[in-house]
This record gives sequence, structure tokens and C-alpha cells, in this order.
Amino acid sequence: MGTLDNVCTLEGHDEQVWCVSWNPTGTLLASCGGDKNIRVWGQEGDKWVCKSVLSEGHQRTIRYVSWSPCGNYLASASFDATVCVWSRKEGEFECIATLEGHENEVKAVSWACTGNLLATCSRDKSVWIWEVTEDEDYECASVISSHTQDVKYCTWHPSKEILVSCSYDDTIKLYKEEIDDWTCCSTLESHDSTVWKVAFDKDGERLVSVSDDKTVKIWQEYLPGNKEGVPTKGKDGAWKCVCTLSGFHNRAIFDVDWSHLSGRIVTGCGDDCIRVFKEEEGSDPNQPSFSLMATARQAHDQDVNSVAWNPKVSNMLASCSDDGTVKLWKYYEQEY
Amino acid sequence: MGDSLINANPIIYEKTGERVLEQDDFDDNVEDKIDNREVFDLIRNINDPEHPLTLEDLNVVDCDNVHVNDDENSVEILFTPTIPHCSMATLIGLSIRVKLLRSLPPRFKVDVKISPGTHASEEAVNKQLADKERVAAALENSHLLSVVNQCLKSKRSSG
Repeated sequence: MGTLDNVCTLEGHDEQVWCVSWNPTGTLLASCGGDKNIRVWGQEGDKWVCKSVLSEGHQRTIRYVSWSPCGNYLASASFDATVCVWSRKEGEFECIATLEGHENEVKAVSWACTGNLLATCSRDKSVWIWEVTEDEDYECASVISSHTQDVKYCTWHPSKEILVSCSYDDTIKLYKEEIDDWTCCSTLESHDSTVWKVAFDKDGERLVSVSDDKTVKIWQEYLPGNKEGVPTKGKDGAWKCVCTLSGFHNRAIFDVDWSHLSGRIVTGCGDDCIRVFKEEEGSDPNQPSFSLMATARQAHDQDVNSVAWNPKVSNMLASCSDDGTVKLWKYYEQEY
Repeated sequence: MGDSLINANPIIYEKTGERVLEQDDFDDNVEDKIDNREVFDLIRNINDPEHPLTLEDLNVVDCDNVHVNDDENSVEILFTPTIPHCSMATLIGLSIRVKLLRSLPPRFKVDVKISPGTHASEEAVNKQLADKERVAAALENSHLLSVVNQCLKSKRSSG
């Protein structure tokens, strides 16, 4: 089994903290929330400290922050219907662009692996794709209205220009560019309530999703001509739910992250707990089994809103909560 | 709000009496857990959005539909809209939620739902009230917040 040790607690936000996000080198952690501020945390000696506070940017709650693949830009999504892009030069942040277009709350923003595309999603039910021009301008390339409700989150495939989003309409959707426009190529239905978050595994062949229905689901892509005989349509793969983890979480699950280093899955839940799951060795890839390895009970005093594995230090984890704190954790697994 | 009332002629119910204090309530050595009655007392005087009456007067909330478990930090409120098509249901639920958000210790997990079978859009309203992101966004909307605050404004009980 494993254990989760709280390494440190970072205080500074005045209200609930909605999101934590590591830069690609795992040296900086950005957090944001109800106090309309972004805090960037980094190490000084052995201690984690607040390096910058970005307070001029948004008029309302900042729901999500995301680093560009090069680590020089940070994008923030706010309930004020805008997205800001911040440029980091010599440790200083400057807002270089404000993306306007959504009708109301923007819930998430994500950079494609190339860094040339940005995706945003909103309560206005739409997903927008933005192209980054050479002179650092952001142009809307597509507005996709495929969901029938509030879009809670969107993120890109780790190596391809494929986008995934999830929604209050209980579905997950995948998109790709076809003949100059972005279209929905798959709709994944199985959750019974709002899907709060999805994450790709390292290779982008699997997805994990978490929901208000208190379950975690693992989805696998089957390409045309797959040996398992899963039917596909045209050139697109078919995504199938291959595992449902139920009975572990007591309230809505708000976040999930799939470590690209260790393969471990971590969840942040409305029952104040953080849980780590591991795929059982030798389990059938078409019907995988996952074991609960560790639970940090009362990880926070209130709902855990976001969890994120450090992209370089495989056992390091960040979390944040309605209790206003950000915490860092070390996950240890005993070998038998 | 529109010109015509949604439920122009609601039934008015008798108020519950004041809480009867017992010996233990005065004993500092006894831990007073938060119970059904205490939470009911927090929400009974919330104003109805369209009548100069409280939620208790209209039997939208009653003590039997307040379930508190202090040890497990849970509170569940079932409220009953006066008519099954009441368009105020979400606003009433939101007012109850905000009142408890402001009054209870943050350790409590609060669920506010419509009493089963008493509203045409029960599922949709329950889903919206359970979505904390939407509740957070709603409370940043100054118009909506002022409407909620009107419902929560304390009035001298019209004895």
C-alpha cells in the first residue's frame, strides 16, 4: 500500500482555491481562486514560498490556470468571461493578451502540445479554439457548440491535436480538425451526472474521468481494425469505458490527474479526501483493475478542488481546497 | 419578478413554537451539538421571494425535513415548493444554501434538495443547487445576490 505525507501547506489566498497547476519543469506551481488572484509558488532553499501574486487581470473568480508547454506563458480562465495570457520574463509576469468572446464564466483553458493552439470552455456551452499567431496574437479559429450544457473542462491530447471536453450534460466529447474546421468526433456517455474533469494517460490512449456521480471511469481508445473487434466508424477510433471505480468516494469528485511518470491516478473529492489509485499488475488491458493505494483523509478542511502530479518529481503532488490553502504532498509506495 | 404572482393565493401554515430549553442547555459541561432544530431555526425565517411571508409560514421548510448529523458533518434540507411549477424553486433553494453557508461552521457538507415528488423540474433544480461552481458564480452576480439578500433579510416576526 502507499501513504500520502503532507510536506507543506501554502497559505495566502483569501478565499477558496479552485486550481493548482505545475509548470512543465515542475519548479513553479500556480494557484488561483475566489480572491481573483493568481499566486506562483516556488522553492527557496528547502522552503516553498510565494514568488509572485498576479492580481490585475480578472474582475471575478479565477477558475483555472494553465502553463504553456514552453513554460514561458500562463493562461488564466475567469468567471468574468475572459482569459488572460501572461508572459513570464526574468521571473516577472505581464498580461500580454485578454481573450474575449465567451458569453459568461470561462471554466478552463488548455494549451496544445505544440503551444500554437489554445482551447477554452464556458458555461455558455461552447468550446473555443484559438490560434497563436507569430506576433503573439490570439485569433479565434473555431467555436464548437456540441455540448448541450455548461462545459466544465477541456484539455488537449499529450502529443496530438485532439481536444477533449466534459460537461454538466454528463458527457465527454473529443474533437479534431477536419477539412479546416473543428468537429466533434466522439461522444462518451456513461456517467450519470456532471463530468467535472478528464485526464489523458501518458500516451493519450486512455482517459480517466471523474463525476458528480461519485465514480471514476477509465476509457480506452480502440483504433479501426483493432484485434478486439470493437466497432469503429471511418478513420476515428472508438472510446469505450473499460473500468468504473465506484464505492470509493463519498461525494462529488472534482479533479483527477493521471501521472505521466508513474501511471498513478489521483483524485480530489468533495469529501475532503485525496486518493491514489494504481492499475493492478498483469490486469487485462481491456478490463483493467485498479486498486486504491492511499487515502489522505481530511487532506483539507473542506472540499478538495484540484490535484496535480508534479511533471518531473514522480511522487510529488499539489492540491487545493475551499479551505483557502494549497498543499504539497509526497506519495510513498511500499514494495513487497 | 413579473406582474402576476406565480402562486397568488398560498396556504398559510401555523408557526412552530420556540425551542424549549432543557436543563442540559444551561450546563456548560454538556457539548451542544448542532441538531435538526437549530438548523431549522436558521432557515425558518427566510422570506419567500414573492410573498411577505416566511418559508415556514408557507410550509416550504419544516423541521421534519431537516436532517443534521453533527458527528458526520452533514446537513440535508428538503424543501417543498408551494406549487409543482414554481419558478422560484431555484431561488428559494439558493437562499437556503447561502443562509447555511454563512451560518454553519465550514466543516458541514450541506445538501439542499426539493422534497421528492413536489416539483415538475425536481431533478434539474437539484442538480443546479448541488453544483457548487454555479452557486459560486451566482453569488458573484450582483443582481442575483441582492435578490438572495432580500430573502435573507431579517424581519421582526409579525406576531
